[in-house]
Amino acid sequence: MNLTLKVWRQKNAKTAGKMVTYPANDISPDMSFLEMLDVVNEGLILKGEDPIYFDHDCREGICGTCSLYINGRPHGPKQAITSCQLHMRSFYDGQTITIEPWRAAAFPVVKDLATDRSAFDRIQHAGGYVSVNTGGVPDANEIPIPKPIADEAFNSATCIQCGACVAACKNASAMLFVSAKISQLALLPQGQPERYQRVQNMVAQMDEEGFGNCTNTGACEAECPKSIKLTNIARLNGDFLTAKIFKSEEIHA
Amino acid sequence: MSGSTQTLSSSIGKKLIMSLTGLFLCLFLIVHLSGNFQLFKDDSGLAFNDYSHFMTHFPPIKVVSYLLYLTIIVHSIYALILTINNRRARPVNYVIQPKSPSIWSSRNMGILGSVLLLFIVIHMGNFWFSYHKDEWFKNHEGPKMPFKEYRTDLKTGKLVSAKQLPQGEYEYAKYVDVNAQQEITIAKDLQAQVIFSFSSPLYVFFYVIAMAALSFHMLHGFQSSWQTMGMNHRKYKPIVNQIGIWLFAVIIPIGFAVMPIVYYFTKR
Amino acid sequence: MELNAKLPEGPLAEKWDKQKFNLKLVNPANKRKYHVIVVGTGLAGASAAASLAELGYNVTAFCFHDSPRRAHSIAAQGGINAAKNYQNDGDSIYRLFYDTIKGGDYRAREANVYRLAEVSVNIIDQCVAQGVPFAREYGGLLDNRSFGGAQVSRTFYARGQTGQQLLLGAYSSLNRQIHLGKVKMYTRTEMLDVVVADGKAQGIVTRNLRTGAIETHAAHAVLLCTGGYSNVFYLSTNAIGSNVTAAWRAHKRGAYFANPCFTQIHPTCIPVSGDHQSKLTLMSESLRNDGRVWAPKTVAIAERLRKGEIKVTDIKEEDRDYFLERKYPSFGNLVPRDVASRNAKEVSDEGRGVGASGKAVFLDFAEAISRLGEDTVAAKYGNLFDMYYQITDENPYKQPMRIYPAVHYTMGGLWVDYNLMTTIPGCYALGEANFSDHGANRLGASALMQGLADGYFVIPYTLGDYLATIGPKAVDPNHPAFAQTKKDVEVRVAKFLSMKKGTKTVNEYHRDLGHIMWEYCGMARNEAGLIKAKGLIQALKADFWKNALVMGENEEINFSLERAGRVADFIELGELMVDDALMRRESCGGHFREESQTEEGEAKRDDENFSFVAAWEYTGENQPEKLNREDLIFENVKLTQRSYK
Repeated sequence: MNLTLKVWRQKNAKTAGKMVTYPANDISPDMSFLEMLDVVNEGLILKGEDPIYFDHDCREGICGTCSLYINGRPHGPKQAITSCQLHMRSFYDGQTITIEPWRAAAFPVVKDLATDRSAFDRIQHAGGYVSVNTGGVPDANEIPIPKPIADEAFNSATCIQCGACVAACKNASAMLFVSAKISQLALLPQGQPERYQRVQNMVAQMDEEGFGNCTNTGACEAECPKSIKLTNIARLNGDFLTAKIFKSEEIHA
Repeated sequence: MSGSTQTLSSSIGKKLIMSLTGLFLCLFLIVHLSGNFQLFKDDSGLAFNDYSHFMTHFPPIKVVSYLLYLTIIVHSIYALILTINNRRARPVNYVIQPKSPSIWSSRNMGILGSVLLLFIVIHMGNFWFSYHKDEWFKNHEGPKMPFKEYRTDLKTGKLVSAKQLPQGEYEYAKYVDVNAQQEITIAKDLQAQVIFSFSSPLYVFFYVIAMAALSFHMLHGFQSSWQTMGMNHRKYKPIVNQIGIWLFAVIIPIGFAVMPIVYYFTKR
Repeated sequence: MELNAKLPEGPLAEKWDKQKFNLKLVNPANKRKYHVIVVGTGLAGASAAASLAELGYNVTAFCFHDSPRRAHSIAAQGGINAAKNYQNDGDSIYRLFYDTIKGGDYRAREANVYRLAEVSVNIIDQCVAQGVPFAREYGGLLDNRSFGGAQVSRTFYARGQTGQQLLLGAYSSLNRQIHLGKVKMYTRTEMLDVVVADGKAQGIVTRNLRTGAIETHAAHAVLLCTGGYSNVFYLSTNAIGSNVTAAWRAHKRGAYFANPCFTQIHPTCIPVSGDHQSKLTLMSESLRNDGRVWAPKTVAIAERLRKGEIKVTDIKEEDRDYFLERKYPSFGNLVPRDVASRNAKEVSDEGRGVGASGKAVFLDFAEAISRLGEDTVAAKYGNLFDMYYQITDENPYKQPMRIYPAVHYTMGGLWVDYNLMTTIPGCYALGEANFSDHGANRLGASALMQGLADGYFVIPYTLGDYLATIGPKAVDPNHPAFAQTKKDVEVRVAKFLSMKKGTKTVNEYHRDLGHIMWEYCGMARNEAGLIKAKGLIQALKADFWKNALVMGENEEINFSLERAGRVADFIELGELMVDDALMRRESCGGHFREESQTEEGEAKRDDENFSFVAAWEYTGENQPEKLNREDLIFENVKLTQRSYK
C-alpha cells in the first residue's frame, strides 16, 4: 500500500519544528508501524537526507520507549497497544498519516518525534520505592498477600512508563502514571510503612515538573497501552488527602 | 510552607477545593429546586413568596447564603487557575485535534461552567438583586417590587383572597384577623417578577439552555468530585455515579427547566 | 596468560561461604572513598548499582536508553527460578544446580552454578520485599509454574511480564540511591571504550547520544552489565538497541571473550513474515506447559495446508504428529530449548512446516482450553495470546499458534573468574554479558536469576576484595591512558562520519551479517558452512568500511552513527563466533555441529577433547585471535549424555 506521512520534524529542543510530508510507498500490511518508518528512513538516508528520529527499543510493547502520536491518538488508532505493536493493516491504502511527538511542557522535544521523559524518572526518585537494602529481608512467604490485592497491585504495576497518558490528557496531566506507581505500593503490605510519605513526595515532584491537573476526563485510561484504570487516580487522591489531612508524619519529641 | 497551604496549593489540593465547592453547590441545587417547587402551588404565590422571605431573612440561612456566594466565586476562580495551569502544561498544541475517546462534558467543563456563571449573574440580577434593591437603596428611582396581601381562612386553610398592594412602604408581616378568622400575610411579590420574566420567550430559551449546560456540567462534575476526593469503592462508586447521572444531570435540570416553560405557557 | 578462575577449594556446598570469608573487606568508612562505574541498567546493572551504593560506594551508572527502566531485561516474560521448594515437590539447591549444569550440557563451572542455585532463594525474598507483585495462590502465598528442562515447579512469575516486574524492583532500588545521591545516573549515554591504565580498568569513555559529547569517567572499577549479543543475527528477540559494543571494546582492550558460539535459539517465537522484519517476538516458554507442539504427519498434508487448500482445523487428530511428546515421552513438550528448537527445524526441513514460508510448527491450546476452560487459559497466558493476535491477526483461542525458533540469548560472553572479574583487572562482567553460569545452553527462567544473583548477591562481596587490594587512593583522571583512549574513540567516530559517500546503509550490512550468521552459525553448524561464513564475513567487513553510508554529524542525535559503531563491532564478533564454532568440533547445548550427533540425531558431546571454556584473546586488528583454554573439572556430577526421553 502507498501512504502519505506528515511528520513533525524538529532538530532539537531549541529550534522550532514543523510538519513535513513524505511519501511511504510499497508498504506491506504485515509491517509494524515502526518497520514502516524504518523503510522510509532507509530511503531518506540513501537520498542523503536526515532520517526521522523516533524513540524505540524492544518492539514488543513492554519497554515503553516508543511514543508516537498518530492521527490524533497516542500509539495510534488501536486500543491497549504501543506504537511498535501497531501494524499497517490498521490503515488503508492512500491514507494520510500524521505523526507527532508527545506534547507536554514536562516532555520537551529531544529531536523530531522523541521527547525527554526524564520527569517520570524524577518522580520515582522522589519516593517510588520501598526502602529496603539488599539482604536482610524476610522469607518471601512470610508476607502473605491476598490474591485479589496482589492481582490489583500487579495491574497497576504493568505501567510501562511510556507517557501516553500525558499525551492523551487535554491537560498533559501525569496522574495516571503517578497513581499507578503509588497504587502498586499502596496496595501491598511492603509499601505500607512509607505509604503516606511516598504519596506526598511523589505528588510534590509531579507538580514541580509542570504537568497539568487531572480533570478526570478518562482520556488517559482509554489510551493506556496497559489499560491502567482511573481507580488508581482515586486511590492516589485518597492517599494524598489522607496523608495531608489526617496523618502526622513528624515525630513528636 | 505550612502543611495546610501546601495541601491546598498542590494540584490535588486545588482539585479538592473544586470538588468540595462543587458538592456544596450540588447540595444547594437540591434545596433551591425543592423550594422553587412552591411556584407550582396554585396559591397566587403565597407559599413561594413566604419561602422567599424566609430564605432571605432567617439568620442561619443568611449566613449559609453568603457562604454560597463565596463558594461560587471560589469555584470559578479555581477553575480559572486550573485552566491556566493546564494550558501551560501543553505550550505547543497538537496539529491534529486529539481524538482520544473521553466524555464530551468532561472536556468542556470550562465552557459549561462559564455558561452557568453567566446564567447565575443574570439570574441573580433578575431575582436576587431585584428582591433586595428596595431595602438596600431605599431612595432609588423607578418602580419597586410590589407587596401582596394574602388572606387565608383559618378553619379551612384555604386562600380567600390575594391582592396586590399599591406602591408604598411595607414590611413582611403575618398576623391573624381574629374577627374574620383569617390569617393575613403581607409579602413581597417575587412571584410577579417570575411571571414577568418568564413571559419573555428569549429569557425562557436562555434558561433552558443554561439548564442543559447544568445537566452536562453535573454529568461529569458530580462523580468527578468524588473521584477527586478519593472515592474508590467497588460497590459505592457505581451508586455515586448513578446519583450523578439521574439526580443531578437529569431530574434537577429538568425540574428547573420546567418552571420557565410552564410559566411561559400558563401564567402569561 | 594463564587463566585462573580463582575457584575456592573444598566441598561444593561450602565453596561460596568459604570464598565470602576469604575475600578482603573494605571498611565501612573507606567505602565512600571508592568510585565504581556500572555500565548498563538491566537486572544485573541496576541491582549491582543499587546494592553497591547501599554499601556506601559512590556509583556512576550509564545507559543508552532514555531511562534505566527500559533495559531489555524488561522483556523477559516467563519467570525466575529459585530453589525454594515451596511446592514440596522435591526441589533443592542441589537439584537446581544439577538441572542447570545438565541443561547447560556440562560446559559450565560447577562452583559458579552451585552458587547461583544457592543465592536464588535470596533473590525471591529480596524482590518480594521491594514490592514485586509475583503471582500468588488464594492463600496469599507465592505461586510457581514449571518450565522447560526441570521436573519440579520452581519458577516464580508475574503473569507474562516477570522481567519488567523484577527490573522495576531493581530500578526502584536504584532510584532510591539516585535520590540519596549515592548513584549518579547518565541516560542516553553510550560506553564506547574502557580505559586501561597501568594494567587496570580505571574508567570508560562515553558518548552523550544527545549532544555527541565524548567524555571520560574515572573509577576504581568498571562493571559491564551490558547484556548479550543476539543481535549479531540481526533478527533476534533482543531489543533493537541491544548491542555488543561495550563488551567488544573491553575485549579489544584485553578482556577474553569466552564461548562466543554458545547462542540459544528459543523455540517459541512468532515466525518471520517478510524481509522488512526488524525483530522477532518471543512468546514465553511457559506456553509449552499447556500448549502441545505438532506438525502435519506427512509432507503432503503440510503442502496442502501451506497452499491454503485445507485449514488447520481440517487436519484430523491421527494426521497430527505431536513430535516432542512422541520422541521424549517423559519430558514431552517441556524438553530444553535447544532440543525443542532443533526438532522444530528438523520437521520444517523435512517439508512438514506450516505457514506461508513453511518455517513454522503449531503450538496448540485446544486441549488445554477444553480441559481448563478458556478463562483459565486466558488468565495464565492472556497477554501472550493478545500479543500473538496483534502481530499475526490470527486468534490463538480458535486456531493453533504458529511458532518457530529464534535467537534469544547468548550464553557466551566476557570470560570472568569466580569473582566475576574479566581478564582486565578491575573490569567486571555481570549478567548475560559474562559467560559464566549457563554452559552451552540456558534453562528457561534462569537468565533473570543469574542477572540478579550477580548484581545483588555476588558482586557486593567480590568487588570489595579487589578494591581493598588496590586501596582507596583516588584514580588519576590525568593519566595519559584517559586522553589516549578518548582520542581513539574520537578518531573512530570521525572515521564513521567521513563515510558520507557510501552506497549501502548500515542497516543493510547488519541484515547481511544476520543472514550469514543464521545460515551458517545458527541452529546447526558444519565445517564447510563455517569456513564459508568466515570468508563471507571478512568480505562483508571489507565492504562495510568501503561502502557503508553514515549520515549526519556528531553533535546531534545521530542513530546512523550509533548503529555504524554497533554493526562494525557485530561484524568482528561474528567472525570470532564462527572461529569458535569451527574450533569446537563437538555438539553441546545450543551449539550443534552436524558432524557430531548420535544415531538418533541428538547432540553428541566430546568430553575428552572439549570439556573446556574457550576464552579468546584479541591480538590485534585483522589478526587471528588466540585461544586460551580453561579446563572444566567436574567433581560432583557425572557427565552423561543428556536424555530427556
